[in-house]
Amino acid sequence: MSEAEVTPTPTLHLSSGPHIASGRTTAQIMWMVNLALLPALLWAWAVFGWVVLAITLSSILGCVVAEYAVCRIAKNVSTLPDGSAVCSGLLLAYTLPPGIPIWMPFIGGMLALIFTKGIFGGLGYNIFNVALVGRAMMMATFPVEMTTRWLTPAFGNVDAVSAATVLAQIKLGGQEALAKILAAVPDGGQLWFDFFLGMRAGSIGEVSVVMILLGAAFLLWKGIIKLYIPLSILVGVALMAPFSPAPEIYMLGGGIWLGAFFMATDYVTSPTMPRGQIIFGLGIGLLTGIIRNWGGYPEGICYAIMLMNILTPALNDWFRPKRLTADGAPS
Amino acid sequence: MSANRPPPPVSTMLMRGLFEENPIFRLALSLCPAVAVTTAVKNGLMLGVAVLVVQVLSSMSGSLVKHIINPKIRIPVFTLLIAIWVSAMDMILAAYFSDIYQQVGLYVKLIVAFAIIISRMELFSMKHSVVPCFWDGLGMGLGFLVGLVLAGAFRELLGSGSIFGIAILPFKPLLLVVLPAGGFFTIGLIMAMFNWVDVKRGHKLPSGGGGAHG
Repeated sequence: MSEAEVTPTPTLHLSSGPHIASGRTTAQIMWMVNLALLPALLWAWAVFGWVVLAITLSSILGCVVAEYAVCRIAKNVSTLPDGSAVCSGLLLAYTLPPGIPIWMPFIGGMLALIFTKGIFGGLGYNIFNVALVGRAMMMATFPVEMTTRWLTPAFGNVDAVSAATVLAQIKLGGQEALAKILAAVPDGGQLWFDFFLGMRAGSIGEVSVVMILLGAAFLLWKGIIKLYIPLSILVGVALMAPFSPAPEIYMLGGGIWLGAFFMATDYVTSPTMPRGQIIFGLGIGLLTGIIRNWGGYPEGICYAIMLMNILTPALNDWFRPKRLTADGAPS
Repeated sequence: MSANRPPPPVSTMLMRGLFEENPIFRLALSLCPAVAVTTAVKNGLMLGVAVLVVQVLSSMSGSLVKHIINPKIRIPVFTLLIAIWVSAMDMILAAYFSDIYQQVGLYVKLIVAFAIIISRMELFSMKHSVVPCFWDGLGMGLGFLVGLVLAGAFRELLGSGSIFGIAILPFKPLLLVVLPAGGFFTIGLIMAMFNWVDVKRGHKLPSGGGGAHG
């Protein structure tokens, strides 16, 4: 429209809130999250080899195929280009042991997408984190492969750990298992450093805390995630750490860093307001500790996040911001 | 007691139980035994046949005695009638099919408390004569039987990789499907299929979900 043409009457735009848009689209956010996840994948590739990339591709493919099929069947606009299915696939692959048969992540990704997102109505309607449901379903479906197919890292001191992760060994063997692991490390006290850097057995995306923090720093810098949820999760787990024989491994091992920064901060399944987010995070941290210390599994972050996902609508309701009125009274 | 009402056509009575008011997938009744038993087709088939026989006999006997019982105590009387047929069924199955009975015996006894049977006696037997009660009971029983066999076949095929115990799946089965959670997924999926067929046939979906439990 040229400047000579003047619209006779200004159109009145009527819509319900929110009225202030950030200018950032879902697709931009999701692809930035995917970008932030890449360092951890690169690290896993370096430590465990090419098989990691095959597993990740298989998982992404499962999610993408299911997303495409669900959108076609529901006759919805395809939400493939926004990258959310790719993100779910990436995150699901990150929670899997690197030695798992390559076709299993494909099945897991499809199950996760269909049963978590598809039947609830697609993007933005899921109750649970898609990747975590995928992992939980795979735990129930392939229990042996999901808990035994660990690979020994290509470098680092922790070499006696191909049968189980360090957390699992400590869970089973207690102090004796810990002493054995510590004895295998030549310079004694450096075990925490191996864990921090990522030279240990574990799921694909969880092994390197540094790489996860690198991605998380990018998301924090871009304003995509805030620190309320991750920090309160870490505080919650830290409160439970004294009950463990090895608090530093307790904090650095397992999937809490991946879960705290990338899973629990999912917009759809986490509360909106800071106070709700803090309670959400503390709940996850404490539940993780409870499952780890007294439950049947060595790691509990997956189930802890899913349990708190259920509470998200309630937390949103309890911490609803007060409406602003002229005299400050609640309307 | 009021006189018997004229019965609906036989096809209506049969289809009502099989599809429109299918006990499991439309009325959502007896879901607990349905989930527990359908880990294999054989088990589902056995409980389904037991329910079919008990439903038909209970409906018919309920219709026979409805004029001579005090309406105030009809529920206990109906329950006793069901219990008679269930006991007979239980003994027959224990005597002749003891291997499957080991697995589903508990649920055969529970048929006494299946909501679908007493609700058909209340809704249908109280108002109709013996012959329509046979068709209505047959339709409801077949609906239950078909439901259990469908769910059982799906779960056994995907969860154990076999049908009637014969392995046919070439790949590793999905253990999740035979777990209780998989039972709920299966029944939910078949329920969705029933709703989908219903919509295709021009019916509108009810706005609320689910039904009674039992």
